[in-house]
Amino acid sequence: MSEPDAPLVELRDATRSYGAVRALRDASLAVRAGEVRALMGENGAGKSTLVKVVGGVVRRDSGDMLVDGRPVDFHSPHDARDAGIAVIYQEPTLFPDLSIAENVVMGYHPLGSLKRIDRRAMKRQVQGLLDRLGVRLDPERPVRGLSIADQQIVEIAKALSFDARVLIMDEPTAALSGAEVERLFTVVRTLREQGAAVLFISHRLEEVFTICDTVTVMRDGAVVHDARIADMTPDEMVRRMVGRELSALFPKQDTAIGAPILKVHRLTREGVFFDVSFEVRAGEIVALAGLVGAGRSEVARAIFGIDKPDAGHVEVDGRRLPAAKPLAAMRAGIGFVPEDRREQGLVMDLSVARNATMTRMGVLSRFGLIGGGAENRVAREWSSRLQLKFHRLENPVRFLSGGNQQKVVLAKWLATEPKLLILDEPTRGIDVGTKAEVHRLMSELAGRGLAVLMISSELPEVLGMADRVLVMHEGRLTAELSRAEADEESVIRAATGQVLEAAA
Amino acid sequence: MSVQATPVPGPDRVEGAGARRLTEWVFRVRELGIVIALVLLIAVTAILEPRFIDANSLRNLALNASIFAILAVGQTLVIVTRNVDLSVGSVLGLSAFLAGDLLSSNPGLALPIVFVLGIALGAACGLLNGILVTWGRVPALVVTLGTLYAFRGIAFLWTDGRQVNAETLPDAFLNLGTDSVLGVPFLVLIALVVVVAVGQWLRDYRAGRELYAIGSNPEGARLAGVRSDRRVLTAFMLAGALAGLGGVLFTARFGTVDATAGTGYELTVIAAAVVGGVAIFGGTGSVYGAALGALLLGTITSSLIVLRVEAFWQQAAIGALLLVAIALDRLVGLRVDAALRRRSARRAS
Amino acid sequence: MQADTATPPTAAAPAPAGRRGDGPAARVRAAAGRWEALLVGLILATAVFGQSVSSEFLTADSFTTGSLDLSEVALMALALTLVIVAAEIDLSVASVLALSSALMADLWNRGLPLEFIMPICLVAGALCGAFNGWLVTHLGLPSLAVTIGTLALFRGLAYVVIGDESVTDFPATWTDRGFGNFADTFVPNTMVLFAIVAVAFGVLLHATPFGRSVYAIGANQEAAYFTGLRVKRIKLILFVLSGTVAALAGIVITLRNSTAAANVGVGFELTAITAVLLGGVSIFGGRGTIVGVILALVLLGAIQKAILLSETISSYWIQIVTGALLVGSVLGPNIAARVTEARRLRSRQRPEEG
Repeated sequence: MSEPDAPLVELRDATRSYGAVRALRDASLAVRAGEVRALMGENGAGKSTLVKVVGGVVRRDSGDMLVDGRPVDFHSPHDARDAGIAVIYQEPTLFPDLSIAENVVMGYHPLGSLKRIDRRAMKRQVQGLLDRLGVRLDPERPVRGLSIADQQIVEIAKALSFDARVLIMDEPTAALSGAEVERLFTVVRTLREQGAAVLFISHRLEEVFTICDTVTVMRDGAVVHDARIADMTPDEMVRRMVGRELSALFPKQDTAIGAPILKVHRLTREGVFFDVSFEVRAGEIVALAGLVGAGRSEVARAIFGIDKPDAGHVEVDGRRLPAAKPLAAMRAGIGFVPEDRREQGLVMDLSVARNATMTRMGVLSRFGLIGGGAENRVAREWSSRLQLKFHRLENPVRFLSGGNQQKVVLAKWLATEPKLLILDEPTRGIDVGTKAEVHRLMSELAGRGLAVLMISSELPEVLGMADRVLVMHEGRLTAELSRAEADEESVIRAATGQVLEAAA
Repeated sequence: MSVQATPVPGPDRVEGAGARRLTEWVFRVRELGIVIALVLLIAVTAILEPRFIDANSLRNLALNASIFAILAVGQTLVIVTRNVDLSVGSVLGLSAFLAGDLLSSNPGLALPIVFVLGIALGAACGLLNGILVTWGRVPALVVTLGTLYAFRGIAFLWTDGRQVNAETLPDAFLNLGTDSVLGVPFLVLIALVVVVAVGQWLRDYRAGRELYAIGSNPEGARLAGVRSDRRVLTAFMLAGALAGLGGVLFTARFGTVDATAGTGYELTVIAAAVVGGVAIFGGTGSVYGAALGALLLGTITSSLIVLRVEAFWQQAAIGALLLVAIALDRLVGLRVDAALRRRSARRAS
Repeated sequence: MQADTATPPTAAAPAPAGRRGDGPAARVRAAAGRWEALLVGLILATAVFGQSVSSEFLTADSFTTGSLDLSEVALMALALTLVIVAAEIDLSVASVLALSSALMADLWNRGLPLEFIMPICLVAGALCGAFNGWLVTHLGLPSLAVTIGTLALFRGLAYVVIGDESVTDFPATWTDRGFGNFADTFVPNTMVLFAIVAVAFGVLLHATPFGRSVYAIGANQEAAYFTGLRVKRIKLILFVLSGTVAALAGIVITLRNSTAAANVGVGFELTAITAVLLGGVSIFGGRGTIVGVILALVLLGAIQKAILLSETISSYWIQIVTGALLVGSVLGPNIAARVTEARRLRSRQRPEEG
């Protein structure tokens, strides 16, 4: 028997681990009818795992889940859907080749005589849903080519077609323009009025403060805060998301700063980042701070040549780099430790030795031949230098811990003796001990004249390690702070765009 | 930020209409393009060799294309789900020999039974393919490459060098290959029925629409509750059944059958489908396009023969056509995607 | 992120695999060795079977003829190994073989000496491969679709070049080399050629930076690109190699049979791919060894020979067995992986850490 004002969906002390990684720790959350709750936290905080648990994609290891006050157990996304819970993912799950109407009703087309699809009923049904959402879209047009904003609307319509009462939206505004965001908010308000419960995952503070009623903040897999939006300020919000003990970190030693190694001139990539210019000098650690979605990783990728910028250029040691050529960047002395270790930083199925030597194969080979012996030797050298723990050099790196995996990536790039090292979230997903090692290493390298560009979302790391802090917000550089000027306050303000507003 | 009580009438209408027109245009062009190419080809050939468009010649054209069209329909079902079936030629061979062998040893056998058996044999082969792909999780390429070989081997084993001769087959059966009903050859009629039946199924029935969903976004289909495995299995079974039907018709048409019947057909069939607009990645295409593709390929072959161009250019032409079709699809797709991306970027900034 | 604090940091490898730390290592080593061991086992079983079927099975003569038959497929399988490890495929190899043979016929008819013709054929093969490679790397087309198309195109061109004709008057010095044996042994010349090419490709794949790159690209193309590997160029080279070796195989079959025609080698691509997959190379790329492929070729050759020598088993069974082996080589590991996974899940459900 369901209680009359029980939350539509509730999690109590839910836990979920992936091997040794605890993605969810005693997480509790409740969303009621007519409530729009924000779910905030950095990448890796556990938000997506929580969503997967509520959405029936994965099962929780322990804890309770209740719908309408009654305990439930989901074995598949269908169970969640049957319970009235719909998840609208960042990645659309639509069929580009089929019409909007068909996307909405797929699998449940209205049938007419002889079990034939009743197209008119289908069109009417979907048109009705779209009207209910207050959107003007032609149900018969193909989904291919729809803007992300419109695709989201179709996803929401799909959810409504199942009489979903709980809608979970994962970063819905990430790819939307101002007007589209407005439209989405109108839809969300309509849903709220109709008694639905909305769980709204977003990094954009202004939006959260605009549309949400309550907020749950997560960090390191646990829920750290739960309040009404009206009782919070943006600064407080950010602090709760990123606050950490500073003691665990290794501050940077003072070094003599040399000549500029990297010069970025007015780098622009349409729709992603605009007019970014800065320098990094030898011996310097420059942190690129900001909230997720600010465009920092994209700038790094453009510098290294993975993506092609639409305007601007990059100089290394005074020489201009040809755009979109990672090999040229490597030859000029840039090393790039990407954000996504598993997909971009390492080849998971290959061994430690192979991964670590992938950048130096030419050098290691004699008469064109390369052998396991040389590879192992180099890998062993780096392993001891970086204190990399492994069982056997031939093991695939897939079986190493996050920290050790990161060390392999570092070894790979340090072996090229770079002049500039770009690190994108170097200590994400790594245990505290290894984190300190990585910081110490960075400091040492800078001490030896390496220029370091570090992208980080962790404030204490930024404040502890950087000689200079560059802050980005929505694709633009909003602040450049020296070590003395940089503190939580100033960085957060620049990261949330308040610096621009304050100027107005 | 102000709260708006009425929905923002965004530029949806305009942008939506533009994008829709663009993508629809791309899709329509394909089928239209084939028809135009067909007409041009026939026209040019007719000018050079007027005999090309006499009744007999056109009839032969349609007859030749019919069996390929039937196979192309089956292949479309499989390709739409992002799979491929390379074994159709071998299945046709098995079925063709079965039909011929049965009838030459039992001349009194009722013809419908022969058809049923041929189709059933094809369906069984398709079932095997389907099980290996869905349950076995073996890529369709590998499975059907293997069954292409295995089924052909079984055909050789069974025929043991024998051949079915037209003389041993009952006239009633052979007439199916040549007779007409109201001026339309029987074979062509069957092909039309198959094309229309399957075409309607794909258009108007849930199971058919789900095939497109599976090919368009396999993960999305799974999340939407589509029973992908079951549907894919059905697609393979139907492809096999249609190849079986094709085999029986093959024997009716040509009379003389041995174990090599249908060798190499899979290539022409896939080319017909792809040329006809069935994307090799799945998710789009119609059996009507595939049938038109089969007709076009058949016409090319006939044209070359009539124009006394060495028949050897045929295979090269088919291969080139397939490559052009794939390349064109890709280039057009890239253009469309870029145009749409630019539109979104402009709106976002 | 409290990633690893669930387990105390130890000197050994990660927590869950910690105690079974020998597991991953042993598994990896064993996996590579296990497949080859399986192949050796199957070869031995086939040998026993073959000998029981015919006393002529384990003879030198049997080896000579059996390996001669597979010469071309074996050569093509070597190059295909690299292509498939890079997560691509080339179905057009048999057609390039035919085109090469057709060119030999045509150029011979025009009076060119064989010493000129052969390099020309190799170049033609390289061009065919470059065409495939260009379509795949620069137009971004899927190699499956492309090589289905070029399978038709190249064989079609072979027919255009030489039509239905077959040319048989090649000089004896060369044709003798084609089907003859090396020195006075029972090893055919073609096998010596195969051995040379096998060593070359083996070294290329297993002992050079190029080969390492091929594995990386097949296992994770994105990460390979992020490490500065020239993915497009390497793939293009692989297709060129495949085409060149296919052309070489075309020369071999022409000399061996003293016949050049356009209809040679139909279906060879199938046997070659079967050999590669059977040899433990994953269709998805990133795994496999040349040794495995060589063992698979030996197995296929042994099976073929055993069936041919048998008086009761029809030679058509060769096709059936080949097809079954092809499917089995992928199906087998799939099923094995599922069984292992099921077992692992069951053991995980046993209460471990609180």
